[in-house]
Amino acid sequence: MAISNATLAGLTRTQLLEMHYMMLLIRRFEEKSAEEYTRGKIGGFMHLYIGQEAVGVGAVSALRPDDNILSSYREHGQALARGMDPGAVMAELFGKVTGCSKGKGGSMHMWSNEHRLYGGNAIVAAQLPIAAGVALADQYLGKDNVTLCFFGDGAVDEGAFHESLNLSAVWKLPVVYICENNQYSMGMAVHKAWAVDSLLPRAAAYNMPGEQVDGMDIIAVYEAVKRAAEHARSGNGPYLLEIKTYRFRGHSMTDPAYYRTREEEHQWRSTRDPIGIFEQKLLEFGISTQAEFDANDARATQVAEDAAEFAENSPFPEPEELYTDVMADDSTALSFRYDHK
Amino acid sequence: MRTITYRDALREAIREEMQRDERVFILGEDIAGYGGTYAVSKGLFEEFGEKRVRDTPLAEEVITGAAIGAALNGLRPILELMTINFSLLASDLIINSAAKFRYMFGGQPEMPLVIRTPGGGGAQRGAQHSQMLETLYAHVPGLKVVMPATPYDAKGMLKAAVRDPDPVIFIEHELLYNVRGEVPDEGVEYTVPLNRGEVRREGRHVTLISFSRMVHLAMQAAEDLAKEGIEAEVIDLRSIRPIDIDLLVDSVKKTNRVVIAEEGWKYYGTGQGLAALIYEYAFDYLDAPIQHVNGADVPMPYSKPLERLALPNKNNIISAVKAIVPGALVGAR
Repeated sequence: MAISNATLAGLTRTQLLEMHYMMLLIRRFEEKSAEEYTRGKIGGFMHLYIGQEAVGVGAVSALRPDDNILSSYREHGQALARGMDPGAVMAELFGKVTGCSKGKGGSMHMWSNEHRLYGGNAIVAAQLPIAAGVALADQYLGKDNVTLCFFGDGAVDEGAFHESLNLSAVWKLPVVYICENNQYSMGMAVHKAWAVDSLLPRAAAYNMPGEQVDGMDIIAVYEAVKRAAEHARSGNGPYLLEIKTYRFRGHSMTDPAYYRTREEEHQWRSTRDPIGIFEQKLLEFGISTQAEFDANDARATQVAEDAAEFAENSPFPEPEELYTDVMADDSTALSFRYDHK
Repeated sequence: MRTITYRDALREAIREEMQRDERVFILGEDIAGYGGTYAVSKGLFEEFGEKRVRDTPLAEEVITGAAIGAALNGLRPILELMTINFSLLASDLIINSAAKFRYMFGGQPEMPLVIRTPGGGGAQRGAQHSQMLETLYAHVPGLKVVMPATPYDAKGMLKAAVRDPDPVIFIEHELLYNVRGEVPDEGVEYTVPLNRGEVRREGRHVTLISFSRMVHLAMQAAEDLAKEGIEAEVIDLRSIRPIDIDLLVDSVKKTNRVVIAEEGWKYYGTGQGLAALIYEYAFDYLDAPIQHVNGADVPMPYSKPLERLALPNKNNIISAVKAIVPGALVGAR
């Protein structure tokens, strides 16, 4: 069948295929990291983005390169979508010095000055106040950049959520708060945790626009974030998006997920896979073909493999690195006047 | 030189740094319209306007996070947390984010953040408004913690803190704001280092270490002791983290006896921390155990006579010195 020149949401075929590739890259990268975790190459806590790819890719695609992103500890998806080198991200997971945080952060603490990804924040909801500050600086300096702040349904329960939305609205900060509502905060089902089962009343409570978005539909995510970002960067203040999604795996690598049924998981995986939904749409509009999907998958799989190989072959940090970067001036708790050797 | 209050010295520091660098701004509760609960920022809103002098909602967590985010993204914020008691609400962001970002993100973030906050008691403010909690923050790698005792140091150290690339917890004291002292004339630019203590009074019989408001009591105690022939060397620590350990050790080598006088609680406090370091670095020079003067190990009571008992006074310091400086020593050397 001939490939049409149709666009979706103003995105060209090239852009759409790139977004498709990126979703697959995240999917294959996360699968590969899960494998490496099981092999003992990755330790600590690791939280996979499988199932939520449309949110990260859709949202990041709506940004300018000099906009800012803050996220939670489930941030591999945003990191890759933003264009961070998969090798550097995987090496960070492996704890190697070639990692994007020099191996000192791990899965929950990715960072890039170049790509303006400011964490990787492991204290739930801490990124909301910080995002307000990042946006404040842009406003102060007269820039028209926007800050995206990703967080989960669990973060909504923290006081910082309330404080941040309020302050952002009062100061009209250029920040878009994106709740990736994957229905569970660890094992806590959102219907048991939220007094009101939607974030829309809360947006209204803080005098900002709010939208609920189907997070399995990458085009819906893209368009919503584009709207929200334009609103915010035009000086109209913050925006709240509740993007409904689902994580196909447990909360983290050690979570056997007893709090939800296998039937529920299977239902989402088989009928609501964001990659499958996007592919169907691209086929329907005649924008792409299965062969192109397969080519993207092959490329993504290879890149994920290469990233793991790069990580495996990278060195660990030297022992001296234990003490570097605590302070900008390398000072320590004792400031000696003399050489004590 | 001219004589001004500690409060005015702080205000001068803030104004000078804001004039010098457009990225410097201040934020906090009631600092703009109200002029600051301790009047430190009085007049700054009128001079610099609402972009650079920001009243915030009553929300320690978000205003601390906002200061952190602003520091990350190119500004140099001076955050005021109204008292160190309320800083506990922001302690997650201070300890888990501000202190750790540079390290856990491989050296990439910038965190030129100053948090000004007064601690201590003595004005009958009660248990939740009178604490001295510097030790909580001084425990954490990634933070600098300073406590100036004089107007000269308040101004010089605050200017240094604003220019410092690291997060600085700048702890003032409610009862210091009216203390007067000499500062250089207007237009004379100076800073005070954030990692050095200062000998306030030389002496050969005992090293009397103190910081913040207690330095003034230590000086009064030293004057009284001098009348009896006991010469106390009063050290104003100024920097709680990092610690100017060589300054302390040099003094101990001279006097062989140490008294540490602080307002905070004793157990697991700054004084015990300093004592452990002195034992570690100068054990062979000690001729007596280190003596501690502390606030009473209770929540601060409201009733005036009880509050007076709860806070250390100069007589407590004198007694501590006399406990380890035997009469035979005085006049012997």
